[in-house]
Amino acid sequence: MAKTGFIDRHFQILAPLPAAIFVVVMIIFPVAYTLFLSFTNWNLTSGNPLQVVALRSYARVLAEPRFLAAFARTFLFTLLAVGAETVIGTALAVLLRRKFVGKGLVKLLLLLPLVAAPVAIGICWNLFYDPNIGLANHMLKLLGLGTLKWVYDAGTVIPSLAIVDIWQWTPMITLIVMAGLAGLSPEPFESAHVDGATEAQILWRVTLPMVLPTIFTAMVLRSIDGLKTFDIIYAMTGGGPGYASETLNIMAFKYSFEYFRMGQSSVVLVFLFLVVLLFSLGIIRLQRISER
Amino acid sequence: MKRKALVLLLVVLAAGLVGAQATEIRVLLANHPYGELLKAAIPEFEQATGIKVNVESLQESQLTTKLTTEFATSSSSVDVFMTRPLQEGKMFYKNGWYAPLAGFDFSDFPKNAMNAANFGTKSYLVPLVTEWEVLYYRKDLLKKAGIRPPTTFVELEAAAKKLNDPATGIVGFASRGKGAAAVTQMSSYVYNYGGLYLDNGKAVFDAKPSMDAIRYYGRMLANYGPQGSTSLSWENIMPLFQAGKVAMWTDASVFYGQIVDPAKSQIPADAVGIATFPAGPKTNTPYIVVSWGMAMAKQSKNKDAALKFLTWATSKDLAKRGMLANITMARSSVWSDPEILAKMNKDLVDSRAFAAKNGFPYDRPYMSAVGEARDRIGEVVIASINSAGAAADLDKKAKDMAAKVNELLEDTGEAGQ
Repeated sequence: MAKTGFIDRHFQILAPLPAAIFVVVMIIFPVAYTLFLSFTNWNLTSGNPLQVVALRSYARVLAEPRFLAAFARTFLFTLLAVGAETVIGTALAVLLRRKFVGKGLVKLLLLLPLVAAPVAIGICWNLFYDPNIGLANHMLKLLGLGTLKWVYDAGTVIPSLAIVDIWQWTPMITLIVMAGLAGLSPEPFESAHVDGATEAQILWRVTLPMVLPTIFTAMVLRSIDGLKTFDIIYAMTGGGPGYASETLNIMAFKYSFEYFRMGQSSVVLVFLFLVVLLFSLGIIRLQRISER
Repeated sequence: MKRKALVLLLVVLAAGLVGAQATEIRVLLANHPYGELLKAAIPEFEQATGIKVNVESLQESQLTTKLTTEFATSSSSVDVFMTRPLQEGKMFYKNGWYAPLAGFDFSDFPKNAMNAANFGTKSYLVPLVTEWEVLYYRKDLLKKAGIRPPTTFVELEAAAKKLNDPATGIVGFASRGKGAAAVTQMSSYVYNYGGLYLDNGKAVFDAKPSMDAIRYYGRMLANYGPQGSTSLSWENIMPLFQAGKVAMWTDASVFYGQIVDPAKSQIPADAVGIATFPAGPKTNTPYIVVSWGMAMAKQSKNKDAALKFLTWATSKDLAKRGMLANITMARSSVWSDPEILAKMNKDLVDSRAFAAKNGFPYDRPYMSAVGEARDRIGEVVIASINSAGAAADLDKKAKDMAAKVNELLEDTGEAGQ
């Protein structure tokens, strides 16, 4: 009897407690510890214990041209990939609104890239992209076009990786926008028809403006993951050739697990955290502006 | 009555716990042919000694990451593990993660091999597998072109030029170009030009002899190598060789078994030749290294059982089994065993004999921060390949990278050693 009273009296604290503990242990503590490590010089190859060195690790990382290049590359990859995914994804969602023969099958096929394992995708696309024995160059030759080096050349590696990301994640944007479209009320469309608007005018003037908030939401969700993309880049090029496909996340991984410079990799991760945060806030800001 | 039962229960539990602790060990192996062999043989060990072995096996860089993460947090339960002496040996020794192996019998291991196992006056790991650089070649393609297997770099270049045939999709020459991965296989080229990566704790790969080698390597791959060489390591070149697209390939001796395996390779075994690594202008001292060893964790709580396992896993009997499976073991005695020699490829045995006599025991800069150093040297290799060894600023790049490697040596207190 007494036990029940305790739970009743403190229910407001006890109910969210498991979730709160989870958030603190799995999210807040690692982020805080990473922030702490970024102020140290912890390096496992030196064999010395870690020392707090204030901003010295920050200075060393920022002075490294490789870091600034990775910073720029992260943005380039994300803008390319998310930009194309949003446009293609929305177009597909609009196309899938109308009924046609085999619609169910098409929806199923569209979902397949989304559910495939990233490393398996990376390995298959690597074989596809192989300049010597791959299908991509084979197809280009059949079309009479010259061959490309795809992920094997520093100039074409980021767009080639972006293509893989677009192939994998466009269906997600399609799904979200389709849900948004399904939730639109039919009245504006009926009025537009009555007023004699063409299909194209309805699309640009009615449909898209109404579903824009959903598109922005999909963009934010996709950007957060896009900035942090690791699996396909690591599986396909490991950051190469050289450092040509090294984004901030890949660089942090190398610094942590190949160079064992924990202090400096924490600096890179702090920057990545800030980039993701600011990028997402930026898109939400853009959405607010577009609503006026 | 209740108290007696409780005491009895506690005694049984304690006995169970003590019993369980004394007879279980945790072993980490690599995804390596020898690791597979051990995994299959472990039940014999368990039966003979009554010790239960919990085995985990990982790809090599993930193995290093896992061991580092566990040891760094001082809460590891790992007892015995496979280790790469040249890649992580110094770092693991510095952090005190290897247990010293006093009283272990190392007499059957060549002195060269013990270089990587000894720190100071003690030994910290047992060499398992050795590898050395060889020249794999297609006997049929060379015969058709009327060329003998090259014995010098000049002959190698001439042969590559003659065998390179874009019309049929055959490349004359292949070797690793993927940055850090290429550093180990390019080392023999550097040595044969009279160069080194490190000398007395200082980076010297920007000096003339080493740079000549790096330019030669870049030229060879740019002119006669597969497309995208700067992204290719052994796991990319081997399928090309197995598909019949490569005439000559320099890499470690361990891949022989796989390129003649009919299940994986389209080339019949008698068309694959192994030649001793060609000589350079200065000398012929290809690398011969202990690529894998086995060690006991200093944090191990079951040192007696771990030592038993370590002794068994590195024993002569298992080394013999490894040799019969085409795994090139480190122990000297198995290389003079007539039963084994009768089964192994004669050219492989000959190339090993040459390397054992003349070879250099390191294939990379031997330092704690070797991961990063390999990436830096790799940048120079990539720049060389991209410009066919002719870039005007290649020397400057090498100087910049040498400065960075020297910085790493200083950071870790290894400069000038």
